[in-house]
Amino acid sequence: MLRLIARRLLVSAVLVLLVSLLTFLLQAAAPGDTARTILGDHYSPEAHRLLAHRLHLDEPVLVQYAHWLGQALRGDLGSSPISGLDVGAEIAGRLPVTLSLIVCTTTVTAVLGVALGVLSAVRGGRIGRAVDLVSLIGYALPGFWLALVLVALLAVAVPVFPATGYVAFADAPAGWARSLVLPVATLALPGIAVFAKQTRDAMLEALSRDFVTTLRANGASRASVVLRHALRNAAIPVVTLVGLTSVGLLSGTVFVEAVFAMPGLGGLAAQATTQHDIPVIQGVVVVFTLVVVAVNLAVDLAYARLNPKVRVP
Amino acid sequence: MTELPSAVRRHRPAPMVRTVLRRPAALVCLAYLALLVLASLAAPWLAPHGPTATDLDHVLTGPGAAHPLGTDNLGRDVLSRLMYGGRPSLIDAAVAASTVLVVGAGCGVTAGFLGGWFDRVFSWAVDVMLAIPVLVTLLVVLAVVGDHQVLAMAVLGVLVSPGVARVVRGATLAVRQELYVAAARVSGLGRRHILVRHVLPRVAGPVVVQVSLFAGGALMIDAGLSYLGFGADPPTPTWGNMIADAAAVTDRQPWLLAPPGVVLGLAILACGVLGDAVRDAGAGRSTTATPPAPRSRPSRSRASRPRKGTSHPPVPASRTDSSPALLSIHDATVALPGPHGMTTVVEGVDLDIGPGETVGLVGESGCGKSVTGRAILGLLPGRGEITEGSIVFDGTELVGADPRTVRALRGRRIALVSQTPLTSLDPVIPVGGQIAELVRRHHGGTRRAARARAVELLRAVRVAEPEHVATCHVHELSGGMAQRAAIALALAGEPDLLIADEPTTALDAGVRAEVLDLLRQVQRERGLAVLLISHDWKVISRMCRRTYVMYAGQVVESGPTADLLAHPRHPYTAGLLASAPGRAAPREPLRAIPGTVPAPHEWPPGCHFAARCALATPACAAAAVPLLEPAPDRGTRCLRHTELGKGDDRDRATAVRS
Ligand code: SF4
Repeated sequence: MLRLIARRLLVSAVLVLLVSLLTFLLQAAAPGDTARTILGDHYSPEAHRLLAHRLHLDEPVLVQYAHWLGQALRGDLGSSPISGLDVGAEIAGRLPVTLSLIVCTTTVTAVLGVALGVLSAVRGGRIGRAVDLVSLIGYALPGFWLALVLVALLAVAVPVFPATGYVAFADAPAGWARSLVLPVATLALPGIAVFAKQTRDAMLEALSRDFVTTLRANGASRASVVLRHALRNAAIPVVTLVGLTSVGLLSGTVFVEAVFAMPGLGGLAAQATTQHDIPVIQGVVVVFTLVVVAVNLAVDLAYARLNPKVRVP
Repeated sequence: MTELPSAVRRHRPAPMVRTVLRRPAALVCLAYLALLVLASLAAPWLAPHGPTATDLDHVLTGPGAAHPLGTDNLGRDVLSRLMYGGRPSLIDAAVAASTVLVVGAGCGVTAGFLGGWFDRVFSWAVDVMLAIPVLVTLLVVLAVVGDHQVLAMAVLGVLVSPGVARVVRGATLAVRQELYVAAARVSGLGRRHILVRHVLPRVAGPVVVQVSLFAGGALMIDAGLSYLGFGADPPTPTWGNMIADAAAVTDRQPWLLAPPGVVLGLAILACGVLGDAVRDAGAGRSTTATPPAPRSRPSRSRASRPRKGTSHPPVPASRTDSSPALLSIHDATVALPGPHGMTTVVEGVDLDIGPGETVGLVGESGCGKSVTGRAILGLLPGRGEITEGSIVFDGTELVGADPRTVRALRGRRIALVSQTPLTSLDPVIPVGGQIAELVRRHHGGTRRAARARAVELLRAVRVAEPEHVATCHVHELSGGMAQRAAIALALAGEPDLLIADEPTTALDAGVRAEVLDLLRQVQRERGLAVLLISHDWKVISRMCRRTYVMYAGQVVESGPTADLLAHPRHPYTAGLLASAPGRAAPREPLRAIPGTVPAPHEWPPGCHFAARCALATPACAAAAVPLLEPAPDRGTRCLRHTELGKGDDRDRATAVRS
């Protein structure tokens, strides 16, 4: 168990290094001149030289990377050459929005998906076919398009929910919830189907195992066999899905935050990309990677709790 | 070229393309995708208007004669823009998909085929890369290189490759380990030859599935990027920026969202369905690759079996004592769903168990012993059902009874101990918890009382340190310990009848004796009746006073165990006894029975044993053999049982049943 966590942390460290290095190398290989971009109208060869020196742009790329890394480890992600804002502060301000989206979506997805999966494993028939249909739709509908349609229906045509924006939880919990309904619905739809299918398969597998026969033969109630025994066994493969879907979810936030004009990290990434604001997007990549790492770690711990074979003796 | 072993050639896959094309859904999807490609290629000739031709007099018209799909906020024809806009989307998706094909599938096949260090490095790299947030990394690329969408899609392909590569590697590994590649390697074929001729064709299916599913995702991401403004610059249409344009005027003309969204959604759907179709076709092919099964026989004709209806004389009491049976099975016939439709797997079984009696049920595996046990509990697999006969437990008819009646008996009156203790307990809940759950279910009480009772039960089945074992998970226990726990579980409801289905088969010889002793002790202490299902004569002779022998779904012989061992009245029993390795003093030289048990759908109309019987005569195969009674308390389904027991004076009694 401890070894598992250690291994995961090691992989994570490598991953973060790799991703940040990759973005650095890309940036170095790219045409364009950051110092020149920043100077804009104030360009003069002398100013350019000074600024480039100050930003370490005149040094080899690996040295630049070492500088960035050293500062990043101290929590300093640099500042945006476009807006001049501190990247770390900018990200910290926007993180709650994206985290709200991710946490709510994951909860909704897992709860509804597992419930549907269990239902279709036990009842089969019509519910099973409905799950198949929803999963096809969830797979095929582009999230940002679905978001726009939801806005057209539930924010413009029948104004039930706000079309755009985000309300901080601390300001107004109800407003926070209302502002999240449409984005979360958009993000959750494809995931629900994935969870439902996986849960159904895992449940059917669990229900066909020997111990289910033994328990039923010796009088365990149907509800207990399904919900206590089969579901706990089925949860083991399903939990790993949370890790896999969270990566996709982060991609989804980029589109969804753009559609709903939510001041989160995904929107920041899109905006930074448009402006070629490298330090900002680099910071977002690192933070997103850390989120994935954290989710995977949580999944590992949950996995170990559910599966006694992994637990420390 | 080296000739392949014939086994190798026979397993060549049937052409997959044909299998896929036979599916209507796949055809529709292919047709739709082809239509999209054609329409976007031919847009300059087919489109009714230019993609950027504005007409400010007719903006946001909605569908109409002049503009079949309406016009946008600049009066541009939506249909024409859709056609022109298809080209970049499709090209981008193709770029991404080809990248995945080359990088992902390539690495996967290589890693799976080569194995060794390459495979280890590969697996590690995949682990790391699977956690990269794809889209944001893609945005970094776009931020650096500018709006270069083709390059971005190639990068997308690389980023997604690890997931695809992992699946493909698994498929390659499976193929590599299959017999025929091993055979090809032995026969001295070169690696490249094996790869090209044998591995690649078999891996092609999974690769196509993965790439096809991904192509759908690529279409979606491509449109998304272009919606965000990273695609072709306006006014050049793409599906993504058409959606963005439509979004700006949702309040005035929501219709505009529909055309690009639906076209795009259907394209993604087509990729997905196509992938599924290829996967299903692959699954279908592997089943058709097995030799064609013998023609399915309709459910056994009732006439071919001796009918024992209402006019039939009462069942002779095979039990010696005259007290009413606790369990009485009469003429029970069970059908299970199988590859040949509903198939009769147990036929006309008669079996009685008295209170506190231990009765054996012997036979080779596949004879219907376990199914008989499950039928009593009403736990037949799938849609299995008891098609005929009756099962009476303590005066209650169970066949056709309300499911609740049977359910109420489980655990409280009839319990089950099954073969493999390590899989017959829930692996994720401590054994004590499982026993306590059943204790509470049957007797109520507090959680704490139930837990205490569970420990007590574990102590009763002679588990050392029952308090500790109660907190263990099944994988922490030895086989013998787990089987004791399983017996404790079965005793939780204090049943009257225990069905023990091969309770010692999976155990080591030493432990086997202990568990048998335990079963006997429990049986005596609690006055339990036990139906002991086994194929081991040693177990049967040690435990059971009376025994039933099953062969191919029928009880072929029954009687007191000692009598049956000494004077078998059926050639099958005799052969089984002679083959039994555990038999103490074989009176005849060991001789195995030739052949194997016929599968249920292959049962002959006459004696089921005829094909393997040394004594068989034409009369045996002519008609179903009824259950004869050669002596009091004895039953046999052999027409020539007298030949077997020659010299035995009890042979003269040949009362004929039916
Ligand atoms: S009935 Fe005939 S074929 Fe069947 S067991 Fe007896 S002798 Fe053999």
